[in-house]
Amino acid sequence: MADAAHNDTAILELNQLQKSFGALKATDDVTLDVRPGEIHALIGPNGAGKSTLIHQIAGSLMPDAGSIQFLGEEMRSMSVAQRARKGLGRTFQVSSVAPEFSALRNVMLSVQGMQGSSFRFFKPVMRDRSLIDQAHGRLREVGLEDRANVIAAELSHGERRQLEMAMALALQPKLLLLDEPMAGMGPEGSKQLTGYLDTLRHQVPILLVEHDMEAVFSLADRITVLVYGRVIATGSVADIRANRDVREAYLGEED
Amino acid sequence: MTLALFTEQLLNGVQFGIMLFLMAAGLTLVFGVMGLINLAHGSLYMIGAFICATVAVATGSFWLGLIASLAGAAAAGAVMEIVVIRRLYARDHLDQVLATFALILIFSEGTRWVFGSFPLYLDIPPILQGAVFLPGGVQYPLYRLAIIIAGLAIALGLYLLISRTRLGMRIRAGESDREMISALGVDIRTLYTIVFALGAALAGLAGALVGAIQSVQVGMGEPVLILAFVVIVIGGIGSVKGALIGAILVGVVDTMGRILLPQFFALFMENAQATSVGSALASMAIYILMAIILALKPQGLFAAGA
Amino acid sequence: MKRETIINWVLGLGLLAFPFAALYLDEPFYVTLATRVAILALAGVGLNIALGLGGMVSFGHAAFFGIGGYVAGILSQHAFNDEPLFTWPLLISGTSDMPVIWLVAIVICALVAVFIGLITLRTSGVYFIMITLAFAQMIYYFAISWPSYGGEDGLSIYVRNGFPGLNTLDPLQFFLICCAALMVCLLLSARLRDSRFGAALQVARQNDVRLAATGIAPLNIRLVAFIISAAMTGLAGALFADLNRFVSPSMLSWQVSGEIMIFVILGGVGRLFGPLAGAALFIVLEFYLGGVTEHWQFFLGLILLGVVLFVRGGLLGVLAGRRDHG
Repeated sequence: MADAAHNDTAILELNQLQKSFGALKATDDVTLDVRPGEIHALIGPNGAGKSTLIHQIAGSLMPDAGSIQFLGEEMRSMSVAQRARKGLGRTFQVSSVAPEFSALRNVMLSVQGMQGSSFRFFKPVMRDRSLIDQAHGRLREVGLEDRANVIAAELSHGERRQLEMAMALALQPKLLLLDEPMAGMGPEGSKQLTGYLDTLRHQVPILLVEHDMEAVFSLADRITVLVYGRVIATGSVADIRANRDVREAYLGEED
Repeated sequence: MTLALFTEQLLNGVQFGIMLFLMAAGLTLVFGVMGLINLAHGSLYMIGAFICATVAVATGSFWLGLIASLAGAAAAGAVMEIVVIRRLYARDHLDQVLATFALILIFSEGTRWVFGSFPLYLDIPPILQGAVFLPGGVQYPLYRLAIIIAGLAIALGLYLLISRTRLGMRIRAGESDREMISALGVDIRTLYTIVFALGAALAGLAGALVGAIQSVQVGMGEPVLILAFVVIVIGGIGSVKGALIGAILVGVVDTMGRILLPQFFALFMENAQATSVGSALASMAIYILMAIILALKPQGLFAAGA
Repeated sequence: MKRETIINWVLGLGLLAFPFAALYLDEPFYVTLATRVAILALAGVGLNIALGLGGMVSFGHAAFFGIGGYVAGILSQHAFNDEPLFTWPLLISGTSDMPVIWLVAIVICALVAVFIGLITLRTSGVYFIMITLAFAQMIYYFAISWPSYGGEDGLSIYVRNGFPGLNTLDPLQFFLICCAALMVCLLLSARLRDSRFGAALQVARQNDVRLAATGIAPLNIRLVAFIISAAMTGLAGALFADLNRFVSPSMLSWQVSGEIMIFVILGGVGRLFGPLAGAALFIVLEFYLGGVTEHWQFFLGLILLGVVLFVRGGLLGVLAGRRDHG
């Protein structure tokens, strides 16, 4: 609320977030924001505290101090489910779906979560057009429509990634939190997904945590670099490429 | 209530707790190392008691009975592990509960088949009969005191076994990382059988020791089993230290509750009503204790691996 | 028609036809046996909602079974002695009217389930198994040591409670009441399974992190399922008390929790008609083996053990193949 000028437009705003595990400062005074229409990439070497940060944004970890504003609302004390209902869609580092359900029923669950109507005990979901039609639509969007009736456990790795994406989109999110979506996709899959995310940014802003630098540099509007729990730089791709600290702390190791 | 009576009841509580510890130690090890819920642990307790009573009557020596019950329960445990239990490690808790429930039926009915429905009785060995005078003028049965001392010695021995020996090292490794221990080339099947037989021997010993205080009969194991579960859940599943502290806590709360709660309610109720309210509450006390502890610490007091 | 649907019809119609066949063959005792199957299956149908759909391994459902039984026993005792239950703040008298008893049993079990569920559902895995067991034991010991309603000796129902328009003393009519209750609850749980709530509940079992990420709070879903589950098992308890015209703490014992669980697992976890198949097989085994040897429990144990070790998916798993989740 303080410096209103550009922050008012931010979708997600982390302010001086702190989280320690014993003596280890996993999140050390992190401040960053995600604005409409942008892909904001979060990068950092292993152990930089990316996962801890994601857990705090998603709601599975409580920060020790600092604020998490989402659409202008303080989100710190909300549960995972409440945050999802507010419009925080996410995919997981290791795909997380309901393995015994078909792809369609997985997406239907998301539609149901978005509608906020899980305490209906009598009408069969398979006769519920409002669920089925929307779910099919989402599957079509991610290109998984012809696999709609396959049990999730039998989908390939890449297809499960697509399914997760469809589930996240079905929430009609105001922000997508993508945790290493390229992991294990192979060069061809990564390329396709990169193209897809590129078109998606106009629909919903994305906070992208990714190891694949090629994808990050081709997609990101802004990049935040996290090292030992601290933000050492935030800026455009060119800024980050030119930043001495980043080259030293991070990119140097990659070469 | 006099101080002497209070002390006596407190010691009874500790003695009960020690018994529970002998049961709980095996349960918590088996769960911690193998991830198995074993409802049939109470059957091993019963087997220990029956073997001790039978051998003691046949040979006239309580001590031979005690040794036989240790060996017999360990052997029964090893056989149980090899024939049935090891098929259950990879199964979910549901299958484990059902299979070991089936084992209870088999052992209980099998024992009734062999020994009949009448309870057996076991005499306290002559050397441990009578009472001792404790400081403060408290008179306390020698046998119960011996159980407390033996139990504490076993707890110490178990602690040394787990923290100081090669076997103990493997047990601890098995608790934290099952893949690693087999990668280290330890024969995990044998280790599991040994851990299970060790737990069985302790349960059998508990049964034999209690057999001289109570009657030896079919079905004696299950009430103790459920208390032992309460103990390990309070103490934190997988933790032997938690089992010891949890066991003494449960033993003392249960015993003292039965004495103190009716007296407490008598302060402001008529006697008959106070007795019924007090004893109703006393019989629920340890379960209330457990609910409170789990509501505060869902993993128990000393959660292993936390 | 799918194979499981056919088997379900055979099971349901078989149960319904069995007492008529028994009466035709002049074996009235079998009517009581079928009634037992129906009631115990109902208890299992209740547990199956928590266990099969929601993955909550409750080892304490005897609590609800017993509470249902005590509701029937206590209300009818007060009606029989013409003493009110409470005189303050409201005058509440006993009743021997089954529908009223059922309603009270369902409501009380639901309330107890709210209390137990709020505490136990914070835990998971083996802790959940043990703490549900502990709550059931708590109630068991309470029933034993509370002298007003018979304590350890239990409570007799001198005349079976009545149902408007029916003669409940006629075994066949009482069977039909129990069978109808079972069928209604089966229908309800079939609808529940296929509903939005059922979808959320099944995902709570499969992957509760995912459920939360779709905006549905797993704890709320589990709690409501636990309550529904408890209410059905409580209804079964009320019927069971009327069947035996007797209720005692043994209905609350942990062995009963184990047996209800056995019905569910024996029939096939999460299968709609699993509890009926399981309860029927269990009662038949008990009855048949009991006629052959007094040590029937020994053989029952062996058979159960064999089923767990070698037959995955229970009876319906064998007959109808894998579960179909669509």
